[in-house]
Formats: sequence, structure tokens, C-alpha cells
Amino acid sequence: MWSFILKRLVQGVITVWFIATATFFAMHNVPGDPLLNDRAMTPAIRANVEAKYGLDKPLGEQYVIYLSNLVRGDFGISFTQENREVNDIIREHFPVSATLGILAVLFAAAGGVLWGALTALYRNRLPDYLIMFFVILGISVPSFVVAAVSQLGLVGVNSSLGITLLPVAGWGTLSHMLLPALVLGLGTMAYLTRLMRSSMLEVIGSDYVRTAKAKGLPAARIFSRHQLRNAILPVITVLGPSIAAITTGGFVVELVFAIPGLGRYFVQAVQQLDYTVIMGTTVFYGAFLVFMVIVVDVLYGFIDPRVRMK
Amino acid sequence: MMSSSDLDFSPLGIGESAQQLSRPSLSYWQDAWLRLKANRRALFSLVLVIALLLFTLVGPWLWRADPAVQDLDQISQPPGVDRSALIVEPYQPWSVGEVAGSGLRLAEPATTQAVRLVWEALPDAHGHRVYRNLFPVGPERAYGIPRAEFFDNSTLSFEDRLDIKPGTYYYTLVALNADGSLSEQTAALTVNAQRVTTLAEAVERGLIASQADAQVGDAIELTLHPLGTDYLGRDMLARLMAGARVSLFIGIGAPLCFVLFGVLFGSVAGFVGGKVDSVMMRFADFVVALPFLLFMILFKIAFGIGPGESGVLPMLVALVLLMWPATARLVRGQILQIREQGYISASQLLGAKTHYLILRHMLPNTLGVVLVTLTFAIPSAIFTEAFLSFIGMGVAPPTPSWGSMSNEGIKTMLTTPHELIFPAVLISITVLAFNLLGDGLRDALDARMRNRE
Repeated sequence: MWSFILKRLVQGVITVWFIATATFFAMHNVPGDPLLNDRAMTPAIRANVEAKYGLDKPLGEQYVIYLSNLVRGDFGISFTQENREVNDIIREHFPVSATLGILAVLFAAAGGVLWGALTALYRNRLPDYLIMFFVILGISVPSFVVAAVSQLGLVGVNSSLGITLLPVAGWGTLSHMLLPALVLGLGTMAYLTRLMRSSMLEVIGSDYVRTAKAKGLPAARIFSRHQLRNAILPVITVLGPSIAAITTGGFVVELVFAIPGLGRYFVQAVQQLDYTVIMGTTVFYGAFLVFMVIVVDVLYGFIDPRVRMK
Repeated sequence: MMSSSDLDFSPLGIGESAQQLSRPSLSYWQDAWLRLKANRRALFSLVLVIALLLFTLVGPWLWRADPAVQDLDQISQPPGVDRSALIVEPYQPWSVGEVAGSGLRLAEPATTQAVRLVWEALPDAHGHRVYRNLFPVGPERAYGIPRAEFFDNSTLSFEDRLDIKPGTYYYTLVALNADGSLSEQTAALTVNAQRVTTLAEAVERGLIASQADAQVGDAIELTLHPLGTDYLGRDMLARLMAGARVSLFIGIGAPLCFVLFGVLFGSVAGFVGGKVDSVMMRFADFVVALPFLLFMILFKIAFGIGPGESGVLPMLVALVLLMWPATARLVRGQILQIREQGYISASQLLGAKTHYLILRHMLPNTLGVVLVTLTFAIPSAIFTEAFLSFIGMGVAPPTPSWGSMSNEGIKTMLTTPHELIFPAVLISITVLAFNLLGDGLRDALDARMRNRE
């Protein structure tokens, strides 16, 4: 088990290095000049500013400095917000995105497992058709449309009730988080429902479930002990990539619901070509996602020993 | 088992065939087509896909409106509203005279040229402020945008000419206290503005040939926009068609490119095997590990969009760069499996060369899987394009795409929802159609992936 974890960690570190390198060279390829954006400067001032940001050094040296800073966990200083550290920006905005993301993953996982199990149990009957209809909707309708429509719907509900049932936008309390988290988790929930359904169908037809029935176990016990437990395994494997999808999907939801998360900040930074912020957030997000996938892999290794053998 | 009788071993007559086929022999593709035809959902989605392609390719020939031309008379116009306009005299400055009636009232019928309001001073008013709103003013007293402010009671009239569109406006007159703050005294008026135009304007817009063809007081029809117009007065239908071309070009072009590259990469890795294979697949693993959307955005800015460029090509390249590994892995796995099959050894034994083996045996046998991958890649590429254009990282503004149209539409979602609904519905239908088609194709083509229902 430990060698498995170690191996995945080493792979993860190499992947993060690859992400950092790709980010660095992609950003240095960007046409335009980060210092040309606002003020015209004399050559002397320009040289000073370049020296301040280390832009006067050869590319190879910049790369080495960048990497050594990364290792020490230093993402540099924002280009457009003077003297603001990228680390500060991440520290301030990432918890918001993470809270939203965790809530969304919870919604998605709970909903996906529940609906998926239901569709399999009521296969080819009304609940199955109803849920699968919504699943197809959830897969086909883009998240920004769902976000906009649900916001519009909430405005309607709020104004017809005459009270603020849930706030339409903003951030702060749990009631602010519910709708955005639900919208954010919806696509993943649809995907998980589909996955859970096919995995559950497979389990329902298996020999051990038939044996359990033949033994005369009550249906509830078969469901919780035999069916759900085995059917849930494939769902856990895709949770890692799902977390990735949900975190980046947060860009749109944060934009539509005016949530001060890192995703919205990243989009802003891209629009202002704030190089260090873009690089910092990309590497940070990349490392976070790689780490999440490893965590899920290791968890899966605990649950299903066959994975470790591969 | 039936017991054998003499009949089973009776000799064949002359000219009788020794074997009889119980059903016609079908090729792989004929068989797949039969299965697809039997699947009602897949067939329906195939029809949808063909309809979408017709909409994109043939549509612009049938509906020849230019997607870039602005119709300034009809801005943010929902579909199916009254398009008639009354021809009136050109605008004349207003000299306020006596107006019959009392309270906040119209001096003359409201038109899109001007809304002219007069009123008597409200009780205890030290001046007035005029507000305009698109919605009825409720108890929360959201009056709308302030249009004018008078700090004494010498002016008791106001002419509103700011961007008036045909429809209903809710005006509120609020009395001011001595210190200029709002008092509780208000008067409200609901105004229906009628669409008007002048002879000169009508000629300029091409609605009538010359000024002699119509006269003041006539009603004429404005240009038809079957699906309405957007916030700049551009024809929605024409824009949706032009946007379809961009969205589907990226949505189909990018998957075609990266599936082709993936097939090449995967088949080489799978066929050569050994060290080369493991190095190639390690590289693919790294590309898979890149956070997809972040790198889409990163590559998009790295390639850059020059002035006047649409940004379609950078997005295509970025998609191809990031999405090929999945196909490569799949094809490699397939090739590895096929390599061990008996018919490959048989072919080799008969003296087949490597390129013959690859082209004749291996690739055709992976084609089914590749086709399924391609069909599922299309909706995800369309989604990505829409997503990026929506957050403003996609196609550059004058070029329409469904994603960027949704982005523009969402800003006016409350007042003119059609600008969001049409592109959003088209994206959803397209993604749905390709997803269902992919399901159907998978069931028809790929025996192992078939739904075990």
C-alpha cells in the first residue's frame, strides 16, 4: 500500500512540474507586453521595472527562478494590482471556491447515487423514465443556461412570495450557497446517475444478489449491504475527475451568481493579462486537481484491493 | 437434440446447394445500420443532426439577411411582435402649451420619437424628479432610471427622448423636499409608446422606394425578423445560422482533427510497442493530467487573437492539442488486442507486409470504436466552445457563435429573454442529438460496449 501511495505521489509531482513548465512557456508565448498595458514609460523606467520583475534575465534563468520560487510556495506578485502577492489572492479567494465546490460535490454524489439506484430498481417504469429524462437534460443543457434560468426562476419565486426565500446572488451565508452549489453539481449529478444506474443494473443481476434473495434476506438489507456497496465502487473512481470538472465549472457559476471565488478572479486576471496571477492560479489549480485525483485513487485502493495490484 | 433419421443423410440431388443460408450474409456496416435503424432514439437523433446541418448549410441560402446589419428601428425585438410603424412629420422641438386635464399626463400621444409629459406641481413640492421604469413600481418603490430633475416649480413639463422603444413604460413623478430629498408625494403614469417613423427615415432604411410612395399618417411594415433581433438590432435568425457555422465548425472540425491524430499516435504506439510505446503513452498521460479548461484558456491567450480575427482557429488548435490523448489511448488498446488475433497471424503467414496489416486489418477493425469516440467528442467540443465564449474567452465579439450569443443574451435576460433562449436551446438540442446518436452508434457498432440492459 505504501509503495502504491509513494508511486502515485511521485507521478503527481512530475505532473505538477509538467503543468508548471507548460504554463510558464505558454505564458511567455503570449503576444503583447504586460508592461505596455497602461502607462507609457521611458526606456530607463522600463528597464527598472523589468529588473524589478526579473524580466531582464534570459528565459532559462527566469524559468529556474520561477521553479525555485514555486518549490518554496511563492507565486510572485500581481502585475496589475501593485504589490499584491498572488499567494494572498489565492488565500483570500480559494476558500470560497472550495466551499462551493465541496457543497456541489456533496450534492452531486448524494444525488447521483440516490437517483441512479432508484432508476435501476424501477427500471423501465415511470420513475426510471422521469429521472432519466432529467439526466439527459442535465447532460445537454450548458451550465450557464441552467445558472441563468434558475436565477430567473428564483427571482420569480421570491417576488411572488414577497419574501427572499433564497438570495439571488452574492456570498456569505449558507442560503447564498445552496442554489449555486446545486447548479454547479447538476452536470456531474447527471453523469453520476447514469454511471450508478448501469453499475447497479449489473449488480442486481449478479449471483450474490440472487443468493441473498434466496437466503430470504429482507429487501432493504440486500439493497444496503449487497447492492449499494458494490454498485458504488465505479462511482468513487470518477469522483476525482468530477471534482476537477466541478472546480473549473465554478468559473461560470461564480460569474453568474457574483461569488468572489478564485474562478471568477482567474477569468478577470486573464482578461487583464495579469501574467503572474494567471500562472499562479493555473499551477495552484493544477496541483490541487492532481492531488485530488491521487487522494481518490488511494481511497479506492483501500476500498478495492484489486486496484493496488495493477 | 433430435434423433437423426435417414432423411438427414439423404444424398443431394444434382444442382442442389450443399449449404443453405438461413439469412442473408451481412457486412459489419450493414449489420450496424440495421441495428441503428431499429433504435428509435438514435434514428430521431440522426434526423436532428441532419436538420441542424441543413439549418447551418442551406439556411443562409433561404434566409438571406446579413447577420452583421443593424436594424436600428427594432432593437432587442422579440419574435412575432407588431412591426407596423406610423409615418409622422419629422421631429419638431416642443413648445409647451396648455394641456387639458390634471395630474401627470401626456401632452400628446406617446411615440418612439418623444414622450411629452406635463403636470401640476405636487402638494408641498420644492421641485420634481421624473423616473422611468420598464416594470410596474411596487411597494419597494424602485422607480427606475431618473430622467429629469427640477429644483423649483417653474418647469412642470418634461420631454423624454432617450432610447424609447415601442411598448409600455411606467413613469413616476416624485416631489422634492426643500433640501432636494425625495418626499412621499408621487404621481404615476403608464405610457404606451407607439412606433413611428418619418418619410425620410423610411426611405433611408429601404422600407419604401421614394418619399412619394407614402404619406404622413400611413402605416408601413418594418423589416421582418422571424426570430426577432438582438441588443444591437441584428437579425437573430441570420446570426443563429452564422453562429451555427462557427459552433459546428469548431464542434465537428476539432474532434475530426484530434481523433485523426489520436488514431495515428495510438496505432503507432500500439503497433511498435516496447520502449517507444511506453514513452509515447507516458507523454499522453501528462497531457491528460493537464486541467482542461485552464489550459484551453491559457493556450487561447498564448496563440493570441489579432485585431479583426475571429479566434476560431486558435480555439480549434487548443482543443486538438488537449483532447487527442483519450482517442490515442483507446486506439492503442484496440491495436494491442487486435495484434494478438488469429487473423493477423494468418495474414502475416501469408506474407502480408506491415502497412498492409495496419491499413487492411487493424484500422478498419478500430473504426467502429473511433466513430463512437468521434460522436461523443462532438458535444463536448461544442460545450467547451460555448463555455469559453460565454466567459468571454472564446470567439471574438463580432463573430457570432452560440456561446457568445448566450453571453450577450444573458445580460438582458429579464427584459428580452429570447436573446438567451434561442442560442441556448440550439446548443442544448445539438449536444442532445450528438449524445443520443453516440449512444445509438455505440450500441450498433461496438459489441462489447453495448448497454447490458
